[in-house]
Amino acid sequence: MGFLDRFLNTPSWGVHPEDHKRPAADVPLRLFPSPGRVFMPLHQHVGGAARPIVLVGQKVLKGQLIAEAQGNISAPIHAPVSGTVSAVGDVTAPHPSGLPFKAITIDSDGADRWLEAEPLADPFAAAPEEIARRAALAGVVGLGGATFPSAVKFALGKRLKVSTLIVNGGECEPYLSSDDRVMRDFPDMVVDGARLIMHSIGASEALVGIEDNKPEAIAAMRQAAVPYPEVKIRPVPARYPMGSDKQLIQTLTGKEVPSDARAAEVGVLVHNVSTCAAVHKAIRLAQPLVERIVTLNGGAIATPGNVYAPLGTMISELLAFVGLKEAPSRLILGGPMMGTPLLHDRIPIVKGASGILAFNAAEAFVPDAGPCIRCGSCTKACPMGLLPLEMAARIRVGDLEGAEAYALGDCISCGCCAYVCPSHIPLVQYFSHAKGELTAAERTKLRTDATKRLAEAKSARIERENREKAEAAAKRKAEREAAKATAAPPSPVVEKTEGASA
Amino acid sequence: MLMSVGSLAAMGLTLGSVLGIASRYLAVEENPIEAELQAMLPGSQCGQCGYVGCAQAAVALAKGEAPVTLCPPGGKATAEALAAKLGVKVDLSQVSDSGPQIADVTEEICIGCCRCMKVCPTDAIIGAAKQIHNVIREACTGCSSCIDVCPTEALGMVPIPVTLQHWTWPKPASAHH
Repeated sequence: MGFLDRFLNTPSWGVHPEDHKRPAADVPLRLFPSPGRVFMPLHQHVGGAARPIVLVGQKVLKGQLIAEAQGNISAPIHAPVSGTVSAVGDVTAPHPSGLPFKAITIDSDGADRWLEAEPLADPFAAAPEEIARRAALAGVVGLGGATFPSAVKFALGKRLKVSTLIVNGGECEPYLSSDDRVMRDFPDMVVDGARLIMHSIGASEALVGIEDNKPEAIAAMRQAAVPYPEVKIRPVPARYPMGSDKQLIQTLTGKEVPSDARAAEVGVLVHNVSTCAAVHKAIRLAQPLVERIVTLNGGAIATPGNVYAPLGTMISELLAFVGLKEAPSRLILGGPMMGTPLLHDRIPIVKGASGILAFNAAEAFVPDAGPCIRCGSCTKACPMGLLPLEMAARIRVGDLEGAEAYALGDCISCGCCAYVCPSHIPLVQYFSHAKGELTAAERTKLRTDATKRLAEAKSARIERENREKAEAAAKRKAEREAAKATAAPPSPVVEKTEGASA
Repeated sequence: MLMSVGSLAAMGLTLGSVLGIASRYLAVEENPIEAELQAMLPGSQCGQCGYVGCAQAAVALAKGEAPVTLCPPGGKATAEALAAKLGVKVDLSQVSDSGPQIADVTEEICIGCCRCMKVCPTDAIIGAAKQIHNVIREACTGCSSCIDVCPTEALGMVPIPVTLQHWTWPKPASAHH
């Protein structure tokens, strides 16, 4: 297998699931009619939640800032439609728990009036920091799914003197085609965005990695990149998880990102194609990130395809727009391999929502898990070179430290192991469970340390107060005695002060 | 005869004084494990374990008189760490880590008497005389010392709400029992 792979130029890691991208990917992009009401969550990115700066009843224009970034790693939120703020409250988060989070509700006036803003006149003459600043103000985050604030990555790339920008057009998840559509329909925006990012981080070349199952996107991107020799389009073999940054970096540059290191430390920075398009809009058009392309796919959908929709649109409205053949047996945000299962469809789409999958019963069928037969298929599939069977065996008996010793921290939750497992063991759930428990233990430890500091501070304060009280009392006593000594015949005035001080 | 009595007495005196001096200068003041155990405990001296404070709890742990699961605010993580340090096996499924709780003020009945503020080991309660008090969630250790002193029962323990940041995937149900 490994020998053949070398000839075929296919990586030995990963899996090759049937991609199910067509016919949805080939359907022309549809524009979602402006929704009547949007629910714009305050936490659509990695880092601190944004802080609302609008009041209920306030009129807002499309693209207007409604919540500002809070903290070093955060992103602002803008109004995706023009209209009136009608509430700031809880909505269900696109999260497997189905727990609520805060969102700003805007009732659309149907006019979709943009806030007038001045784009940067000549971005390539501007300081690199200006690109990062404007991208941060436009709320641009990594649209490949990680939703890490892009400007933070620009600054990191600049500091570590990254020479190569890798533009991720892998889109290796089956069913999804939103990045494919961005490259086919807006290749100029992607190329321009990539060049802007290069300028911002000081990179000398951009390698655009596109899986070879997207020939139309490769052709469109090649066409758009003709005037810019520094932007190189590089088809890569279609292999899951090619869209994962460490795997794409290795395929394109031959460099392996060490465990516990970031991509920037090997001299590359990865940005998704949709992020590049968002950077283009932020800089050239002064439009913040308020809309995105969402793939609607799966057996339960009548007309699968890609839809251009404002953020904050309810998934139920998007599903009604494309039509449902049957009630979906399972709803997933993102791809089938790494996506988030959703409990219902009354959840708004967020910046990281690349697709909504509505599966029919056949697609959603999950076979019962059997015992591990130690076949080792998972170790062959694991793109990170881990031993999923060993980690799962330890987590099953509660030995989380044991699993950690097998480099659980390096697991990217890609799902290759669970995909190939002949016993259908939910391996990724084991790993997610263990990672969550380990984080919780870490948090408890931090909390215990904080408690200790607070308790010590309190006892120090009590001690100081007692000492000060004792000192004050001693001082008063001394004064009293001094007064007594000086006033030999006790006068009524002294008597009075004595009474007051006692 | 005199010679042997004298030499033995001299030896006894010398060695005795050496032992006496050694016991004075080389004394181990406390079991070193006690200090280590105490460092692992929260240090809020809340007394929920039944001992006066964390130091006394650490002594009991070192002597093996108390189970490693004694500390409710420390939860599972502390119990695990203590068990590892003492080299004992512990069944953590018995630890009620399900409900980490924190104090909460019912504002309608708080009279602002300041009693709770004084007993709080971590200064997690803020307020002033005749002002409604409030609990700083991040600083509250859930020791419940304030509950007993509240004259109006305005203070109660509530479970820490599960948020998106705290939620973790459950362990998959085992396939073969």
